[in-house]
Amino acid sequence: MAENKTYWKSAEQLKGENPMIDQLEQKEFAEQIPVNEFLGDSETLEDSNTSRRDFLKYVGFSTAAATLAACEGPVIKSVPYVVQPEQIQPGVANYYATAIANGFDFASILIKTREGRPIKVENNSDVPVFGGANARVHASVLSLYDVQRLQGPKSNGSDITWEDLNLQVGAKLKALAVTGKEVVLLTQTFASPTTSKIIDNFIKVYPNVKHIVYDTVSESAALDAFESAYGIRALADYDFSKADTIVSVGADILGDWQGGGYDSDYSKSRIPHKNQGKAKMSKHFQFEANMTLSGASADIRVPATPSQQKNILAHLYANLTGTKISDSLEAGIQSKLDKAIQALKAAGSKAVVVSGIQEVGAQKIVLAINNYLQSKVINVNTPRLIRQGNAQEVASVIEAVKKASIGGLITVGVNPVFTLADGAAFAEGLKKLDLSVAFSLKEDETSLASQYTAAVPHYLEAWGDYEFKAGNYALAQPTIQPLFDTKQFQDVLLSWTGNSQTYYDAIQENWSESILGSSKWNKVLHDGFLVVENSIQNNYQRADLAVEASVLAAAKSTGLELVLYTKTGMGDGQQANNPWLQEFPDPITRVSWDNYITVSAADASAAGLKNINVANGALNGSYAKVTVGETTLTLPVLIQPGQAKGSVGIAFGYGKKEGLQEEMQVGLNAFQFYNEFNDVQNVSISLADGFHEFACVQLHNTLMGRGDIVKETTLEVFNTKDKKYWNAIPMVSKNHMEEEVTSEGVDMWQNFDRSIGHHFNLSIDLNACTGCGACVIACHSENNVPVVGKTEVRRSRDMHWLRIDRYYSSETTFDGDNQTKDDIDGLSDSLSTFGEMEQASENPQVTFQPVMCQHCNHAPCETVCPVAASSHGRQGQNHMAYNRCVGTRYCANNCPYKVRRFNWFLYNQNDEFDYHMNNDLGRMVLNPDVVVRSRGVMEKCSMCIQKTQKTILDAKLEGRQIKDGEFQTACSSACSNGAMAFGDINDKDSEIAHLKENDRMYHLLESVGTKPNVMYQTKVRNT
Amino acid sequence: MLTIPQLFAQESDPAAGKKLFNANCAACHKLNKKAVGPALKGVSSKYDREWLYAWIKNSSAMIKSGDAQAVAIWEEYNKSVMTAFPQLSNADIDNIIAYTDYTPPPPPPGEVQANTTTVASSGVSNDLILAALILVFAILVVMLILVNKTLKRIASASGVELVTKEAKEPRRPLWDAFVKNHFLVLMSVIFLLLSSAYFAYGYLMQVGVDQGYMPVQPIHYSHKIHAGANEIECKYCHSSARVSKHSGIPSLNVCMNCHQNIAEYNGEEDLDNGYTKDFYTKEIKKLYAAVGWDEENQEYTGVTEPVKWVRIHNLPDFAYFNHAQHVQVGQIACQKCHGPVEEMEVMYQYSPLTMGWCINCHRETNVKVEGNEYYAKIHEQLSKKYGVEQLTAAQMGGLECGKCHY
Repeated sequence: MAENKTYWKSAEQLKGENPMIDQLEQKEFAEQIPVNEFLGDSETLEDSNTSRRDFLKYVGFSTAAATLAACEGPVIKSVPYVVQPEQIQPGVANYYATAIANGFDFASILIKTREGRPIKVENNSDVPVFGGANARVHASVLSLYDVQRLQGPKSNGSDITWEDLNLQVGAKLKALAVTGKEVVLLTQTFASPTTSKIIDNFIKVYPNVKHIVYDTVSESAALDAFESAYGIRALADYDFSKADTIVSVGADILGDWQGGGYDSDYSKSRIPHKNQGKAKMSKHFQFEANMTLSGASADIRVPATPSQQKNILAHLYANLTGTKISDSLEAGIQSKLDKAIQALKAAGSKAVVVSGIQEVGAQKIVLAINNYLQSKVINVNTPRLIRQGNAQEVASVIEAVKKASIGGLITVGVNPVFTLADGAAFAEGLKKLDLSVAFSLKEDETSLASQYTAAVPHYLEAWGDYEFKAGNYALAQPTIQPLFDTKQFQDVLLSWTGNSQTYYDAIQENWSESILGSSKWNKVLHDGFLVVENSIQNNYQRADLAVEASVLAAAKSTGLELVLYTKTGMGDGQQANNPWLQEFPDPITRVSWDNYITVSAADASAAGLKNINVANGALNGSYAKVTVGETTLTLPVLIQPGQAKGSVGIAFGYGKKEGLQEEMQVGLNAFQFYNEFNDVQNVSISLADGFHEFACVQLHNTLMGRGDIVKETTLEVFNTKDKKYWNAIPMVSKNHMEEEVTSEGVDMWQNFDRSIGHHFNLSIDLNACTGCGACVIACHSENNVPVVGKTEVRRSRDMHWLRIDRYYSSETTFDGDNQTKDDIDGLSDSLSTFGEMEQASENPQVTFQPVMCQHCNHAPCETVCPVAASSHGRQGQNHMAYNRCVGTRYCANNCPYKVRRFNWFLYNQNDEFDYHMNNDLGRMVLNPDVVVRSRGVMEKCSMCIQKTQKTILDAKLEGRQIKDGEFQTACSSACSNGAMAFGDINDKDSEIAHLKENDRMYHLLESVGTKPNVMYQTKVRNT
Repeated sequence: MLTIPQLFAQESDPAAGKKLFNANCAACHKLNKKAVGPALKGVSSKYDREWLYAWIKNSSAMIKSGDAQAVAIWEEYNKSVMTAFPQLSNADIDNIIAYTDYTPPPPPPGEVQANTTTVASSGVSNDLILAALILVFAILVVMLILVNKTLKRIASASGVELVTKEAKEPRRPLWDAFVKNHFLVLMSVIFLLLSSAYFAYGYLMQVGVDQGYMPVQPIHYSHKIHAGANEIECKYCHSSARVSKHSGIPSLNVCMNCHQNIAEYNGEEDLDNGYTKDFYTKEIKKLYAAVGWDEENQEYTGVTEPVKWVRIHNLPDFAYFNHAQHVQVGQIACQKCHGPVEEMEVMYQYSPLTMGWCINCHRETNVKVEGNEYYAKIHEQLSKKYGVEQLTAAQMGGLECGKCHY
């Protein structure tokens, strides 16, 4: 019967004796799933792989929870102070004068703080010297909020308290003092009077301690030469604003040469002011190997290898002193040198010769020449004190550490394991010492090799006093409470000597005793500087330099010469973990996030090295094996127009690994080639496999005769010809009549009356711009511009609101380009000639052009926006309402200047872009007055509307008119060279109104008819 | 309120004394509690009257002269000198002492009794009336049912046939007729669509608009008491509204400017909402806990707990608003945007804070140019251009996107 029929599934079931079968029939699962046990035990949960079912459960629950949570608006808490500090008003910025002195950069600056957070560096324009911050100093505020900073002292890698550290190190110091074993205190250059005093006292207590100053990038030769000529270990100071003729033999006077900071004075002598119809400006000759900022700005630049530079200096010296040299120079160089000598002689005491050759003999000869010229440009009476290192002493310390023949080493502000050519051997020796202490901001290579790491505060959290230049003092004050458990080196040293004083007390005591005089402490602290009249006369001690001259004259190169240099963005690499500086494109090569070997086109083709532009336009370069002595590095090659044939260049500061986020660990360490602290080395290069992907922001390097972008002329033409000849307004044809593009009738647009109220204009003087890039970083910092990283930059998605375009000439001069272009005849000729013009000349003229939103009065971007997110204000600013933007990018496509930037991604709080905006500490640097843009919106320069509005509001609150000079943008206030001027052209007496009427004034791509509110001043070269 | 019986008036007057006390003494003294100085209740029994005259008129002279009592009290209060009051006459001091000695007589027992009973009886009577009414209704309902029942019984007994619902001829249902009428369907669909669009639009437009947002704050701070009853100027506490973009939530030290002396609430109560004197006094204690004020010893303990207020007015990040511009330059009353704050027991968002609301005001409000040198030139030129006497904020450029969005 049907009811009795059973279906069996297995033989076991048929037998019917197995209890297991029963169990299986009753329950679907043999055992209960141990959900509770599993979810309750966090350890198992962490270890186990979540099953698919669990996964779905979690997803379902969290989605539901998230949806529910999203229904309610967030509750925002506001926590006021318990006791509000008197000087802090929420929403109002406070400025403090302080100073940076990190051993490489020295400057007096102002710090803008909001609600107690330092957010921006400003120039301290009241300071007579070192008041201008360079790109690195502007970026240093972000280094304060570096998550990789040391958060407290350490002992052999594990945390320790300051009390224990002081006890343990103190005991070891005492033990070493008893045995009399030497302890070396290896420090950066402090240029700090009170620190010197504290160190002297320390040495009195521990006589076995020896203080040695170590400059990572040495200026020892110049210091030695000055010492022998004037009896003081210091560097001559120069005032290039007084110069009529400047001859530089390998000195990057606009870069970091002898501490840098010369560019603002230099620029003063470069602006041609017409006086009774005749304009004057200085004439600058530059003999150099690498293409530098100085070479780019020079009137006559001559590529010369380091050994040629030595010959040039010898010939210069011989010619001026009337001695004879048997060897002769290359004809091309000789003719340029003759011109330089002629100009030197013509300028009399307003001439100066400088050199960057790291040889004592060469530096002695430079001093002798300037003394011979009776140069007023050089200043030996108040010399610079910002480099004090002694290469010989440092070399002896290195030997001693390697042999472990000293008892201990205390390093302060230096990282010798990374910055010495044989750092690895040094580290080995360091580990064998009885005592090793590293005072450091980061857990860097040296602190990892040391027993103790003393965490020091960032300079914005610290006190300090400095004497940058004899008689020129600066005070540094903290602008924020220390973020971490850090102590200043000076404070620690005071406690090691058993002194209960703090560094702050010591500074005050020292100043009231020997520096302040009749000045008041509070006044100096407020101003940040003090200038004490110095009547010391340093007399030149004449010496016979015939031997030195003949050594220089006999210098010959054997093969390629490597010239090591510091980049504008990275310097000596102290701030390698600063994303602003990593993303800052080098002013010359326009490459960011890298170092590389620069090679001349001739040498590159001889070695088979190539640079190619790949399909998306990005730049690729061959790798080259670079060998100096026994060290070989494989570096990418960048073919550099203007690089002297027979020379190559590599930048310091890259290749650091310790205390550095992974994203920033780019490039290779060129300090490995820095043998005997000589920046010139014999090198051999050979082609290596593969291609390197550069993140280069400028893919087209030449101007190709497009005179409406950069207008350039010579001083002679400027003085003799009419404006129409060298700065003509483009003509258009209207009704078959030639008419100026700016004339009323040509315009398709209705003009808007802007004569009432403010009308902002920005003027950029191409003559004064040295390409230093301080404005780029200042803009970053003021406007919360995001960092996008190397791969995005390579895709041309960099977000810089302000870029500095660099153009090379295809012929030897830009004039030549124009000529070549005009001479083109016919289609086939034009195709081939333009093709050739894409290549820069072997020694091109270079020009820099800062480009930001031009704030066109007739803006092409505004008309194409479908949602009216881009609109024009009466004050001349082109507004961008981010919250209105829907991201069509029509505006960017219609912009002739390509200054609009699109947020392809969310660049804040996004792990894909792990830079400062992705952590709480880094976000502290954000400017609260400027919104942080989100994904999918267009952004661009706002002409710092938050700053102009603030200036207007301040005037309204005080019920007064606005004075000329009050209106500033971030870039114009960062420009210490006077290249950028900003103001209200409706104020007829203002500087900007005069600049608008200047003969040199022109607008970028004037022929387009956009009527920009940014204007440029034609570059005049004194060739 | 004190009602002063006549018999005191002859010698010294506690009412006049109260005035003098509040004007001169209350900053540092309280009647029953130690403040900056000692509690003054019953001070006349502690010290000789002549000694008190001399002390109040010039205490430091007494301390210098080495008066034992004077030195003792000086040392007890951390050697802080009491302000001298040479302007007070002996009679004034008598009045003050009379006030400090005065204990209000307990109200006559009968009166109190009567009062409470009336209150009680009125409460009871309300309930009673309610109960009586309910009873009456219940009786009525029962009666009606009974009547109905009886009538039905009578009807059935007398053979009257009750009309029951007949099965009528099936009529066309209304919905069917509606569906068949295409015009009507079309119209109602259009109507439905339009009305739902209207409501959807209305719903979407209020997303993110928190008008009326009235969160519970960690301390029940009553603007009604501070700005209303005590007429404290808004910018006394929100001082940064004068100079900054933020109006600022006052730091706790600002509260303590007054609350160092005001430890308990003695104003009006709102019993319906439970805002009793005790309730308010407890809130003041929360402030003391937060700021770390030790009431007993009249000193700060240094242990603080910042108050986490819930922010009510939240502008989005991309909108820039500056209080100083509106409050100081524009001379706009705080109430214009924040509403009748002086009547708000609990603070809430009065205005929608939408862009349309901002723009409307900019269109209607004239720029305050009088006496402001900044506007002198621009206002003259612009008003000539627009042909108006007074420029609105909009004409001044207050509608430009970039003025608020950057």
